[in-house]
Amino acid sequence: MPDRRFRLTADPLDANAIVAIVSSEDCGAVTTFVGLVRNENGGRRVLWLEYEAYEPLALKAFAQIDEEAGGRWPSIALAIHHRIGRVEIGQASVVIAAASPHRVEAFAACRYAIERIKQIAPIWKHEHFEGGDIWIEGATADPTDDDVRRMAFAQCT
Amino acid sequence: MHVTIRLFARLRDMAGAGALRRELPGGAIARSAWDSLVGQFPDFDDYTRAVSCAVNEEHARMTTPLNDGDEVAFLPPVSGG
Repeated sequence: MPDRRFRLTADPLDANAIVAIVSSEDCGAVTTFVGLVRNENGGRRVLWLEYEAYEPLALKAFAQIDEEAGGRWPSIALAIHHRIGRVEIGQASVVIAAASPHRVEAFAACRYAIERIKQIAPIWKHEHFEGGDIWIEGATADPTDDDVRRMAFAQCT
Repeated sequence: MHVTIRLFARLRDMAGAGALRRELPGGAIARSAWDSLVGQFPDFDDYTRAVSCAVNEEHARMTTPLNDGDEVAFLPPVSGG
């Protein structure tokens, strides 16, 4: 039975459904992060994005992020769903939900998760813009690099 | 030994395939597979400093030893989110 909290999908993301996965009666706060496909990047008029993932490793990265966040904020429950394939302007490419008894931990864990996804998840965006296309390349993925992990924590506190 | 190499994103485009079979000598490490790619596709060398790798769907080092039948994946810098 796959863990419903972590998912890569070619289907549109439903933020409410993802919130429901982590919500429970002892949870007083849920924060969400919804990443949207924007129509502009670096002066280019973006038409759509195509996401590619190394799926088994990306799901393991999500689980690792959950474990790291749980080590820092033990009360949180986290869900991460990310699109693959073509995603249109204005559509959600990623939805993160973080639930906790109290808001402080939920906000922090949600922020941590998106920063960490950008650092270590083997997912790539292929930007199609007016006049061409380009693979976007950000961070070298090293899930064991503690300095990088500390940078992500520092952004949340 | 025979290994399967998986490539993603721009590396996949540059090689024209997402999966390649390679024969490597005994004692090969992940870097041996990468070096064989650079030999065939010289532009891959632009990624030698920034690429990361996985062996059999686990994050690995370029020094990780390979065995017959392994799948080694090379990951260009990531851009999810």
